[in-house]
Amino acid sequence: MSWIAANLPLLGQLTLLHLAQAILPLILGFLLALPLARLALGRRQGQGRKSRGLALRRGLIVNGVGLLYVIPSLALFVLMPLILGTSITSPLNVYAALTLYVLAMMVRSCLDAFQSLPDQILQAAQALGYTRLRAFWQVELPLSLPLLIAGLRVALVANISMVSVGAVIGLQSLGTLFTDGLRRNIPAEIMAGLGLILLLALTLDSLLALLGKKVTPWRVA
Amino acid sequence: MIFEKLWAWFSAPGAWTAPGGIWQRLAEHLAYSGLVLALASLLALPLGIWLGHRGRGEGPILALTGALRALPTLGLLTLLTLWLGLGLTAPVLALLALALAPLLSSAYAGVAHLDPALKQAALAQGMTGRQLLFQVELPLALPLIMGGLRNATLQVVATVPLLAYINLGGLGRYLIDGLALRDYTRMVAAVLLLALLALALDALLALAQRALTSPGIR
Repeated sequence: MSWIAANLPLLGQLTLLHLAQAILPLILGFLLALPLARLALGRRQGQGRKSRGLALRRGLIVNGVGLLYVIPSLALFVLMPLILGTSITSPLNVYAALTLYVLAMMVRSCLDAFQSLPDQILQAAQALGYTRLRAFWQVELPLSLPLLIAGLRVALVANISMVSVGAVIGLQSLGTLFTDGLRRNIPAEIMAGLGLILLLALTLDSLLALLGKKVTPWRVA
Repeated sequence: MIFEKLWAWFSAPGAWTAPGGIWQRLAEHLAYSGLVLALASLLALPLGIWLGHRGRGEGPILALTGALRALPTLGLLTLLTLWLGLGLTAPVLALLALALAPLLSSAYAGVAHLDPALKQAALAQGMTGRQLLFQVELPLALPLIMGGLRNATLQVVATVPLLAYINLGGLGRYLIDGLALRDYTRMVAAVLLLALLALALDALLALAQRALTSPGIR
């Protein structure tokens, strides 16, 4: 345990790097997934003509991003420089790759969240004179929040754990403690990394759950 | 062009059959994955199904699977390797933690969250607890359990490449070696092989699921 006491500044620095790599892609991926999922849903009953080619569009979006899942994270990290033209040690690779993973996870759960709303609620909004855009922002989105946040929590925990894989290609995060601990034979270093990652996941997950309760005050319990 | 380089890599003499060639790496990858998935299924499925049948343990299962999902496999892998040395025990244990969560939660939820009216109807007809489990609950829970197995398979197959980091084989070798040599052709080839393997295994399990699902609920 003396290793931990002697390396507190390093631990703090790596924790911050880890946080940035976990949270930025989560936000970006979520913001990309929302419109894609809404697009995959198409028009609801009562919102004018059914969109043409909806089944095809939904299939393309859902299965298209689902394909990302079969690519291992390590593989996506090393593939990114080829697509983005970045250098292999650029942190951009991790940000881009993890954004894609969050996108893949969130499109599915955003679609489920939107689909869980009964059409009557949207019809009621329409009857009150809401435009489609206003109905989306003021009715559809707020009422989907509980399920959206549940999906985000799953993606968050997965993301925090996945960031550490970047250490294998030499990108700094708490995962660095794993590769460095193995190389230098210091179990305490690896345990510190595991503990901090679990702590991060637990803390951020609780914060997100709390935020979810705050933004949906109409929900009882 | 990358396609020409890939073609050259895949069609080089001995690329498939030489020692350390594609067939050997593929076989290693399948062996590690199969071993882990078999062990995880043996542990998690009976436990999850039994707890689901009794309808107890939901809290501990949720806590355990949540913790397992938050644990980074790379951390477990390196720590266990330091403790247990190089060899198969450390990676198998590390991957086991990854595979247990989806299997346990799907087996539990599949059985526990069935419509209670179904269980009551079966008991009212005079079925014993064992008959209820094997003739009603298991067949109805099967699609969800297979979903958990497919999920676990995708995750394990996608994580086995990390084993190359501790000097084991599998398709991850091409990623780690390609990285060390800055050999992009080799890395892209590995990504292709890994994606194809995952898709093929998932399709195979989907077929198995169709064949196993009772015709009544297909």
